[in-house]
Amino acid sequence: MPIVLIYVEAQPDGNLRKASLHALAAGAQLAQATGSELHGAVLGKDANKLADMVKGYGLKTVHAASAPHLEHALAETHGPAMAELAKSIGATWVGAAATAVGRDMLPRAAARLQAAMATDVMGISGSGNDVVLTRPMWAGSVMADVKLNTPVKCFTVRATEFPAAQAGAAGEVKAFNAPAPTVPTQFVEFKEVKSARPELTEARVVVSGGRGTKGDFKEIEALADELGAAVGASRAVCDAGWVPNDLQVGQTGKVVAPQLYIAAGISGAIQHLAGMKGSKTIVAINKDPEAPIFQVADYGLVADLFKVLPELRAAIHAAK
Amino acid sequence: MLFPMKILVTAKRVEDPESKIKVKPDGTGIVPEGLKYKINPFDEIAVEEALRLVAKHKGETVVVSIGGKEVHEQLRHAMAMGVDRAVWVNHTGPLDQMAIAGLLKKVCEKEKPDMAILGKQSIDDDQNQVGQYMAEWLGWGQATFASKHESLDSDAEKSKTPALVVGADGKTVKVVREVDGGLGTVECTLPAVVTTDLRLNQPRYAPLPGIMKAKSKPIEELTPAGLGVDVAPKLTVLKMSAPAPRKAGIKVPDVATLMQKLKTEAKVI
Repeated sequence: MPIVLIYVEAQPDGNLRKASLHALAAGAQLAQATGSELHGAVLGKDANKLADMVKGYGLKTVHAASAPHLEHALAETHGPAMAELAKSIGATWVGAAATAVGRDMLPRAAARLQAAMATDVMGISGSGNDVVLTRPMWAGSVMADVKLNTPVKCFTVRATEFPAAQAGAAGEVKAFNAPAPTVPTQFVEFKEVKSARPELTEARVVVSGGRGTKGDFKEIEALADELGAAVGASRAVCDAGWVPNDLQVGQTGKVVAPQLYIAAGISGAIQHLAGMKGSKTIVAINKDPEAPIFQVADYGLVADLFKVLPELRAAIHAAK
Repeated sequence: MLFPMKILVTAKRVEDPESKIKVKPDGTGIVPEGLKYKINPFDEIAVEEALRLVAKHKGETVVVSIGGKEVHEQLRHAMAMGVDRAVWVNHTGPLDQMAIAGLLKKVCEKEKPDMAILGKQSIDDDQNQVGQYMAEWLGWGQATFASKHESLDSDAEKSKTPALVVGADGKTVKVVREVDGGLGTVECTLPAVVTTDLRLNQPRYAPLPGIMKAKSKPIEELTPAGLGVDVAPKLTVLKMSAPAPRKAGIKVPDVATLMQKLKTEAKVI
């Protein structure tokens, strides 16, 4: 039986990165469309803990490689390991979430497999040998249906477009030996950006500020804290240096799909919209009634954000 | 002492990121009318970084572009910024990432640079693959998403160590990368592939004397056949379409109405 193999990613703290559950859901869909088994791969210094965390998510088999050189998810170590595993089990599809690690590592595995690859897959259709993947081009201005023509095919998944895989029966965990690295790239350090707020891509509510804040994020942050939300920003304010870049929502930043997205003082450039259009409910607050953000907002309020954000915060506080 | 560096950079010709991209009604591509073209913004950052490194270390910069004669515009632009010479891989028609990476690998084998710096992705295909494929096929290390954290305008940023630092022996490069949840640093043995993220630097404007000088800088012509690369697409775009529009919402007059809608209609608060 053919195999769909999904790379399961660990966060720096060793826990499962949630985006991988969405990649597993996409993998399950693909497995169904191609009549394949769904397998997972976990790699690390000690991969067994992560293997146990993930084996219950609809996987037939979890392949776990533990080795000191796999401690950090370097493309030069995890890439070849994924490729060699795919070869040894005869996987025909190899996927990962489109995270920084997935985007860095999987093309390297694909290169070794002589496999064509689709990045940021948002939809899967067709079946058997005629599977079609839908992915964004031109910052989401275009949706392209693509077909991969190589015997082995690789893909990364835009996590917000697939539900998270649900826990079910536990699959079997099998050890595999990852090849020793041949390219001597060294991990030096990882500096975490610490925040008391939830992670942008995983938050239920996101409050974002744009140029209209003029760099004053106090009200954005206060509202976010009242809601237990993550703070986001448009590219313009990140480029201006008003807030750190890891808050950027958009095609060149993070893609988010929370239950509620509040955009304050954001005009709605196409590249920003590409990063938040999948949100369930969108609220836009902007002084300019013609701002393009209103075209995607469920609820638009034409007003000065400095006036209405405190009012909204008070109303939410009162409603608690 | 500093060792001279030879750096290869890329300059893909893409639609101006400010242009409005529309899909043809038959889904075979985008409407070309009214589009302006320029160097891929991520590649422009790669060119800038190469120029800064070579200004410090001495050495040479070479820019590569693949396409029809029109890509000379992007090669000249890179040379106007300061790149020494250009390589043009003459090819018309669609190319996928494997073909591009295959061509660039051959150019690297021919030019033998210490480092190849590429944009992390091009703003048309948005695939984010070429640097990684190339690195694997060359057997080189890779440092993708080279970046800096803070704004480039801040004082803190100006005084910070650059994101790409070549080791004292000229044999390694340390690269700060933008990754999920923070900044990661790796050290690659040279030669290596580096791909650039947006905040690595602010590319310079091409100065007028540079534009004049670029006109007489050499462009070497190569072809896929001459390089021995099969460019038959392994990824086929079957159809393009416009993204599904979100259904239009409503304007609310005040915060009270907004609250009421969020509570009872959207049920998100």
